[in-house]
Amino acid sequence: MRVPLSWLAEYAAIGAAAADVQEVARRLTACGLEIESVEPVGHDISGVLIAEVLEVAELTEFRKPVRYCQVSTGDGVDRHVICGATNFTAGARVPLALPGAVLPGGFEIGARKTYGKVSEGMICSAAELAIGDDHSGILVLAADAPLGADFVEYAGLRDHVLDVNVTPDKGFAMSVRGIARELAIAYGVPYTDPADAGITADVGEVSADSYPASIEDPSGCDRFVLREVHGVDPAAATPLPMRVRLARSGQRCVSLAVDVTNYLMLELGQPMHAFDRDRLSGPIVVRRARPGEQLETLDHVLRTLDPEDILITDSSGPISLAGTMGGLATEVSESSRDLVIEAAHFSARGTARMSRRHRLFSEASARFERGVDPDLQLRASQRAAVLLAELGGGMVLPGCTHAFAPMPQITITMEADYPDRVAGTGYGLDTVRLRLGQVGCTIAESTAGQDADGHQARHEHHRHDTSATMLTVTPPSWRTDLTDPADLAEEVIRLEGYEKVPVRAARAAAGRGLTGRQRLRRSAGRSLADAGYVEVISSPFSAAADFDRLQLAADDARRRAVTVANPLSDDEPLMRTTLLPGLLRVLSRNLGRGFADVALFELGTVFRLGPQGARTAPILPVDRGPTAAELAELAAALPDQPLRVAAVLAGDRDLAGWWGQGRQAGWQDAIEAARTVLRVSRVPFEVGADQHEPWHPGRCAAVYVTAEAGRPRLAGHAGELHPRVISAFGLPARTCAMELDMSVIETAAGSLGPVQAPAISAFPVATQDVALVVARAVPASEVETALTAGAAGVADIALESVSLFDVYTGDQVGEGRKSLAYTLRFRADDRTLTADETTAARDAAVAEAARRTGAVLRDGSNSS
Amino acid sequence: MSAPNKAYDPVEVAALAPAAVDRMRADALAAIAAAADLDELKAARLAHAGDRAPITLANAEIGALPPAARAEAGKRVGTARSAIRAALASRQEELAAERDSRVLVEETVDVTLPWDRTPAGARHPVSSIADRLVDVFVGMGYEVAEGPEVEAEWYNFDALNFPPDHPAREMQDTFFVAGPKPAERSGVVLRTHTSPVQIRAMLTRPLPLYVVSPGKCYRSDALDATHSPVFHQIECLAVDEGLTMADLRGAISAFVEAMFGEGLRTRLRPDFFPFTEPSADVSMECHVCRGASTRPGGAPCRVCRSQGWIEIAGCGMVNPRVLVACGIDPDRYSGFAFGLGIERSLMIRHGVTDIRDTLEGDVRFSRAFGVEA
Ligand SMILES: [Zn+2]
Repeated sequence: MRVPLSWLAEYAAIGAAAADVQEVARRLTACGLEIESVEPVGHDISGVLIAEVLEVAELTEFRKPVRYCQVSTGDGVDRHVICGATNFTAGARVPLALPGAVLPGGFEIGARKTYGKVSEGMICSAAELAIGDDHSGILVLAADAPLGADFVEYAGLRDHVLDVNVTPDKGFAMSVRGIARELAIAYGVPYTDPADAGITADVGEVSADSYPASIEDPSGCDRFVLREVHGVDPAAATPLPMRVRLARSGQRCVSLAVDVTNYLMLELGQPMHAFDRDRLSGPIVVRRARPGEQLETLDHVLRTLDPEDILITDSSGPISLAGTMGGLATEVSESSRDLVIEAAHFSARGTARMSRRHRLFSEASARFERGVDPDLQLRASQRAAVLLAELGGGMVLPGCTHAFAPMPQITITMEADYPDRVAGTGYGLDTVRLRLGQVGCTIAESTAGQDADGHQARHEHHRHDTSATMLTVTPPSWRTDLTDPADLAEEVIRLEGYEKVPVRAARAAAGRGLTGRQRLRRSAGRSLADAGYVEVISSPFSAAADFDRLQLAADDARRRAVTVANPLSDDEPLMRTTLLPGLLRVLSRNLGRGFADVALFELGTVFRLGPQGARTAPILPVDRGPTAAELAELAAALPDQPLRVAAVLAGDRDLAGWWGQGRQAGWQDAIEAARTVLRVSRVPFEVGADQHEPWHPGRCAAVYVTAEAGRPRLAGHAGELHPRVISAFGLPARTCAMELDMSVIETAAGSLGPVQAPAISAFPVATQDVALVVARAVPASEVETALTAGAAGVADIALESVSLFDVYTGDQVGEGRKSLAYTLRFRADDRTLTADETTAARDAAVAEAARRTGAVLRDGSNSS
Repeated sequence: MSAPNKAYDPVEVAALAPAAVDRMRADALAAIAAAADLDELKAARLAHAGDRAPITLANAEIGALPPAARAEAGKRVGTARSAIRAALASRQEELAAERDSRVLVEETVDVTLPWDRTPAGARHPVSSIADRLVDVFVGMGYEVAEGPEVEAEWYNFDALNFPPDHPAREMQDTFFVAGPKPAERSGVVLRTHTSPVQIRAMLTRPLPLYVVSPGKCYRSDALDATHSPVFHQIECLAVDEGLTMADLRGAISAFVEAMFGEGLRTRLRPDFFPFTEPSADVSMECHVCRGASTRPGGAPCRVCRSQGWIEIAGCGMVNPRVLVACGIDPDRYSGFAFGLGIERSLMIRHGVTDIRDTLEGDVRFSRAFGVEA
């Protein structure tokens, strides 16, 4: 909320302290009203004097109205100025910027030749003086404006506008009334409540002659006040000081009736509405909308109403969306003379729902949804009626219409030292009483066990000390946000100042450090980074088109995506079910930016609906803890959200350089990236051939980890992408990718015990090379597994490692066959192996490979 | 060769004749002197001082001499051998020095040649700074708690004391997840903050609890330099008996000092969050200028925009209503929470100026941070 400091100072007697506006901002911020900016206004205007228009000559030779006016500031010098406005006559008093004057924005006025005349200055509009947006005419001042006086002084333009960021809990601060109260407390100076200014004793007097109204649904409105003012001059001008304040608070000047209600809304926080009495028909009823009802609101939108909408109606039907926006049909017009002023208290929740439902956010709804003082309507409407009569020459009809429903009085019982216990310091009873009193609370004291009236107290915060002083606190009507002891504690603590809260050295908690899963995620990320992959965070939003690009089948589980009801872009309404599309887009972006050799990875959550699709989660109560069944219901409504890790790569994996050629990234690298992650997990795993979108059907590996009870569980896939996928994403040929489910790996890793140290033998190694010929389709991993298993059958000799050093296909091994050459390293714990022992072990390994895979020793390779 | 106790004729042991010994010695010294490099010297050593060198063989004959002759012959041969050894050592030294000064110089390479044969990898700074933030809390004894990103509204709002239709709920532009019926709300959202993890921690962990939760959050803000629909937060929660705002301040200042620098002061100012009461925003003294930019004549500071303070976090005492919604007795337990944006920390600590850089995935961005931000 924007508010001029001078307005606040009218009710908070800060006097000369207002000169240090930065300090004002600091103190308001310190007590909870964050001042986002302090804008000096009027300080940049000089040389504007009050002048009288002596003579007006119309220059008719131009296509638009141009006036050549003789003006005087009373100094005996007659000046002439050119003016394009027509909203004045000779004799009008006007603000005149003389040559040398400066207007807001550093705009300097000089004498200049225009329309064939010399214009010695300029007659200013409100907009040119930055006190409104009215460009349509010049600002015509009151007839008694002192001739020759400095306009800035006269209009009190030098001021500061504070922009207050009002948090949603502080309805009371949506007004000069509320902010000035805080300012007075911050400076410890007297405060005058503007709600009481000029209020007469008969403020609550009801008259049967006043326009009739009733409340049909008290849950939507619990107080509704009408007052009538008759004979208001529709052409009456809003006085300059009011215009200035409205403009500085960001309100447009419209008409006297609208300006007065807006002005009082800003000052008191009570939104009000003026109806044209002649356009009302029959008694007013506040009720919910009926099916099919419609209302055209002031913004010229015809709105179909919802049965939950709170309406002000007359016998013609809806005339206003309560607390949100008035209807067009009953709007005050240029001919309205008899006005009905409405001030009401509408339900905060009802107004909030209504304004969101209709996407209609007004100054009124902003206040109602934060909470308006429910005890303000009689006074606010009286001030409006009196002001309108005074300024518009009308007459206030005595008495008012006052419909209301009984409102519960909130009292809060708390132990007097509760604020002390929240803050961790000792304020003492006097301070608590002082601060709560300052914000308007009334306080009754008792000792525990009894409330202020001597009754048995039923309070929420009883402590061990039974003789504690209890406070029964009644918050003021304007503090609808104060409902709990914690709210009261906050009032004391913030007004005493957060800087007075002591600092207590942090307690050491008995934490057990990161879990295995959490450590594994870090290790996985680090190992991929160490292997040359760059971590990125890609957009988690996706679209069905992504699944098409991935060549997913219609029934692929990855198409069961979570849909966002209100996506930022209709092109991406889904949440990702795989990390790949996002990563591939980032890859493409990097390639587009001139990076040819790119390897990326991402660790992130994906979202997958079960076969039953989206579910609805209940909204549980909050006045107690949930039951296990309720929590299970919530859990069942959420999609599966596994953490996944994916990597993509294109270009060279080993770079070209002065050392020679590079090596293009291939399927092997993608599979190795998967192995890298699995190795840090220590989970046993196997790699096997698979066909799985979006991978190349002949270059796709499935990775299985050993899960509970030794069962293999699919952890993910790796390899070269399918050429169709590559072209759908616009990527270079042979782009590769891997994606693993970290949740699966983490679970498998969770059952691993600590690493057991190996026995290190100091005896020499014995090496044997073997070349085995197998069918082309036999996976190398199976041959290796068989060799290992075969050697394991030989007692006392350990096969320390098996490494594949050559893969050969060609004439020498025959069609459909390949030769795999391995180095086997044997060692014993307790002796140097003899050649015979080593050969026997080698033969056992080869025999097992022959048995399992049909491998035969390639000619000549069996000599050691 | 002859056995020591064989009968002999001294004249027949010609090798031990003075002239022969002298010749062996002269030959050896000449060969040593002629060795042009360490390899030739090695050959000379073998030829003239090795097991089969003439002087070595002659030495072995000494035992065959009659005792009277042994001493003299022994002395002669010994002198020759030590002269050869000395010459070898000295030539060895000379040649080694020469090698050092010549050959090693010739083998000089350009050690500045690059060898970056694999492109450099890196972690995303959001990950590495999140780890760092987490480590600070873990060091204070907190444990890491986690929760889902697609979250039930009850966890994200209701249990955190955001009443239905309250404007506080609208402060966070929420992505709603579509339910089974298009017209009805599903009660599921993309979490707007990490605070629902607080609720999950309170419902599942024993008290007292001290947890920290980093994670991804979503708000329906269009992407620009300072807003992103996807961002990361980290927040901590402590629930214990007798916790006060003084404990909150203590935890905050310990955190700020660990993360941003020793002795940095912190400041709380009132703010509003439905799940804490009282609530505050946390500012810390600017870690770059330490307030110097606000003093007369001080150089302007880009990091704090010469304000001297930098807003880093929101915090407060856990609202007793939140404890109640989690089934915790607010008369016995109290708690505090504070949270900060990880991207915001990147902006403060690492001078990131455009939040889009964190999401675009340009390899230059992550690479600049390496593996440890
Ligand atoms: Zn600074």
